[in-house]
This record gives sequence, C-alpha cells and structure tokens, in this order.
Amino acid sequence: MNSLITIAAKEIQQAIRNRWVLAATLLLSGLSLSLTFLGSAPTGTVGARALDVVIVSLSSLTIFLIPLIALLIAHDAIVGDMERGTMLLLLSYPVARWQVLLGKFLGHLAVLAFATCLGYGAAAVALLITGSSFDAEGLAAFAAMIGSSVLLGAVFVAIGYLVSAVVRDRGTAAGLCIGLWLVLVLIYDMALLGVLVLDQGRNISGGVLSALLLLNPADAYRLFNLTGFANVSLFSGMAGLAASSTLSVQALLTALVLWTVVPLAGATLAFSRREL
Amino acid sequence: MSATVHIADVVKHYGKVEAVKGVSFDLAEGEMVALIGHNGAGKTTLMKMMLGLIRPTHGQISVLGENPAAGEFSSRRQLGYLPENVAFDAALTGRETQAFYARLKREPVKDSLALLDVVGLGEAAKRRVNTYSKGMRQRLGLAQALIGRPRVLLLDEPTTGLDPELRQTFYDVIQRLAAEGTTVLLSSHALTELEERAGRVIIMNRGLKVADGTLDELRRLARLPTRIRVKVADLPTSGAPAWLPTATSYRRINGHIVEIDAAPDEKIDLLRRATADGNSVQDLELIPPNLDELYAHFLRHAERTQ
Repeated sequence: MNSLITIAAKEIQQAIRNRWVLAATLLLSGLSLSLTFLGSAPTGTVGARALDVVIVSLSSLTIFLIPLIALLIAHDAIVGDMERGTMLLLLSYPVARWQVLLGKFLGHLAVLAFATCLGYGAAAVALLITGSSFDAEGLAAFAAMIGSSVLLGAVFVAIGYLVSAVVRDRGTAAGLCIGLWLVLVLIYDMALLGVLVLDQGRNISGGVLSALLLLNPADAYRLFNLTGFANVSLFSGMAGLAASSTLSVQALLTALVLWTVVPLAGATLAFSRREL
Repeated sequence: MSATVHIADVVKHYGKVEAVKGVSFDLAEGEMVALIGHNGAGKTTLMKMMLGLIRPTHGQISVLGENPAAGEFSSRRQLGYLPENVAFDAALTGRETQAFYARLKREPVKDSLALLDVVGLGEAAKRRVNTYSKGMRQRLGLAQALIGRPRVLLLDEPTTGLDPELRQTFYDVIQRLAAEGTTVLLSSHALTELEERAGRVIIMNRGLKVADGTLDELRRLARLPTRIRVKVADLPTSGAPAWLPTATSYRRINGHIVEIDAAPDEKIDLLRRATADGNSVQDLELIPPNLDELYAHFLRHAERTQ
C-alpha cells in the first residue's frame, strides 16, 4: 500500500512539474466557461434550466476531450519509462509490477479528477454568480456528470496503459491511441447510425442496440448523462431514446467500471510478462 | 562466509540469440568481484537475471536466498543496483529522486539524503535532474544504489563518466561496504582500476565464463611472462646482454634498457643471472602481467577452444 502511494505521489508531482495539471485544468475550465456563457444564449437569461443546458454541452465536450487527455497522459506510462530507462531502475526496487501500474494509475487519475472537478466546477460557480437558480435535481445531475466524466477518464487511462504495456515503442503507442480515440469517439457512432438507418429496424432489436452501446465506453457515458435525468434528456433531444432504452443507470455505470477494470487487468498481465 | 548470490548453469536466450550459455558461480559475503568482458558478453544480462527483471531460460538463480524471478522481492530491499546508462525522471530534483527511492525501500529519507553528499552531489541535489551532466547523473545513480546499506551491490559500469577524484571516493565507499560484508559485483571496462581493488575476477566471453579466480590464480593459470626491465651500463650497440640465455625473448627499449619476457619458471633464474657479480645491471624493474594482458589471454584462449 505504501509503495502504491509513493508511486502515485511521484506521478502527481511530475504532472505538476510538467504543467500537465495546469494545461488540463485551464483547457477544461476555459472550454466549460465559454460553453456556459454561449450555451445560455439560446435560452436567454430567463431560462430556469440553465444548468441542464450546461450539463448537455459539457458532457458532449467531455466525450471528445477527456478521452484525448487521458490517452495523452497514459500512452507513455509504461513504454515511455522503458525507453527512457527509468523503468529498469524502478523495477530493481522492492515493488511488484502491479503496484507500479496501479500506483501510476492512481496518480494519473488524480490529475484528471482534479482538472475535471476544477474545470467544470468553474462553470457551476459562474452560473451561480450570474444568478441562475439551482434545484436539487439539477445539482445532482451536475455532480453525476462530473463523477462520470472522471470515470470516463479512468476508462481511457486504463485503455492507454494496455496499449502502453503491449507495444514495443512510444511511436506505436501514440499512433494506436489516436486510432482508438478516433474509433471510439467518432467512427463508432457514425457506423452505428449508418447500420441502423440501413437496417430500418428489421434485424437489430432494442437488446442488440443496447449491447452495441455498452460496447463503447463513450456511448455508455453519453447515455448515462443525457438520459439519466428527465430534464436533461429533454434538452439533449434524447428523450425518445431515453424512453425506449432498456439500459438502467446501474448497467451503464457497471459497463464503465468494467471498461476500466478489464483493460487495467490486461495491462497488468502484459506488463508482468514483459522482459526488459 | 556464506553465498549471497548463487548461479547454477544459467542459460538465457533472446529469440535465437544465446546471451548466456550455461554460467555457474557463487558470490560470498564481503567479496568484491569484477565481471569483465566485451559488450554483448552477457554481463548485463546476468545482472538483470539476478534482479529478476528477466527470467533465465534454464538454470537456477538465488539472491539472498530468494529466487528473484519468482515474483519474490523482499530481498530487493537489501539489494543495490546501478544500471548502465542510468536514467531518472527529468522533472524531479536530485533530492526528490533520492527520497522517492528511499521510500520505496522503506529506508529513512534523511539517511538517504546524506548519501548525496557522500557522492559529492552537494548543492546540485536541489536542481532538476534534466540539468545534470552525465557525471552528475552517475553520482545520483550511485547514491540511490547505496540506500539502506545493501547486502548485495550490482554495479553495471559504475565509473564511466566519473572524474578521477570521485572514482577514488567511489572505490573507498564500496570497499568499506565490502569490508562490512556486502557482496559487490561490478562490471567495467576500466581494467587497470579494478586490478588493485577486485579480490576476484570473472571473465565472460560470448555468454560463457572463461575464467574465474583471484588475480594471482589467473596469473598462474595463464602462465604469462613477467616482464623484467633492466638498465644495463655497458649495453652493446646491438643484441642482448651476454648473460641472457639465447632462447629468451627480449626487446631493446633504448640504449640502456632491455625488457625481458620471463616465463614463470625462468623468472628466478633470470633474476639471478641479471644480478650476478660482474654484470653491469644498474636497475631492475619487475612487471607482472596486468589485467589487460590476462583478459586478452583468456579471450584468445576461449576463442581457440570454442
């Protein structure tokens, strides 16, 4: 346990020194603030549901940005340390390889969680200052959005580690991660949409569609945030889907957790078998 | 004296390349052993196997009673390692790096920071590692290897990039540790500096151990000639001094000095002749075969028999 904390603390310290924390926080808060102010333009200042609109815009932003930041931090974690030669010395110390991996994971996740909470929290504070009213449900939805964004970050950090533990050099890891990002964040949805249009509901049942949505962590996140709360799903135009979706909030969260645990376990296995 | 490192018939393949082909040796407490050999002779591979970073294809390794490749790592708390081309995370300072490694070994951070002064890092320890020169990185590498008074020290090319003064300090430190019972295994190319210090020498060639013993033992085995350098007052303008047996090989260094190659069993006889009455030898110097020559000899021998 001690070793885990030691390694996680070092990762956080490095991320602060390398300005990763600063860059991620500034990026997320800058974008969320601009979305907050631009996003409230269509509803006007009398819109009582400013917070819901912000949740819709921020979760759409998260789907693109958080996976990208997570993969950027994570793809280098193992293969990079091996290439630089720091891993050789670290593994000669009394730490197990799973401790190294999990310690790094905790450190990177802490950085991501800090940036997300601060960046999106800034949006909430901005709304408060400008005089928007918050109700309990809106706040719960906002908190759930932040929490699930961190969870989405965990998913992509874990996926990045798996790539990093398997490939031979950093360039391959970076290329593979960009490819994965494109597929999971952009191409998967487009392909799914295309297939659904072509199929016209003949072969693909609701159950198959649910399974297909769970197979992509980005979609699980989207469904969780856009359909989980009645007001939000109304604004996101997903009310129809929310009504027909057979996926419960628990199922979506379980999918996200599995999407973290399974790649992380795979990364641990690949890393423990690696020789250096 | 008990063995801290036990290596029995160890083989390591990387794909089709045989990096180590059946090596056995034991290292005892308090021994200071030099592992020498060309690049690619298998020295680094052996050290990595002792650390459990790679698994041997065949054979057994135990370090401080544990199999390092079996995922047992409690013995690593008593192990110090300095890799060849040591690297550190560039964003941290020397002190932060040292403290990090001390925590991983569960040793007091304060004691480990004192080691930074021992290796002469001094004020530079407060700077980030990416501002360090090669020599300073090497000092930090030594400092981390010394954390917690290790019982086994594995040092891969430890003195590259160190200035002569620090080299001296470095050898003082590890000799003190060896005197207290630490097993020190160091690989190096700087054979001359190992010569006076290493109690035992293991020579590797292409994955095989070709020689193992104290320097004296190796000298006896190699039967290399001792060079006798004599200064003669009335040296003839060509040829050898009259007292030298005709079959003995020699070289004229200049008008006064002749260097004679004396095989081990002729040495005493030649010395008697040189110092006999009436011979005008003014000065005499004995040069036993050094580690460079022994190393070259054993490699030639190994190449012939392999």
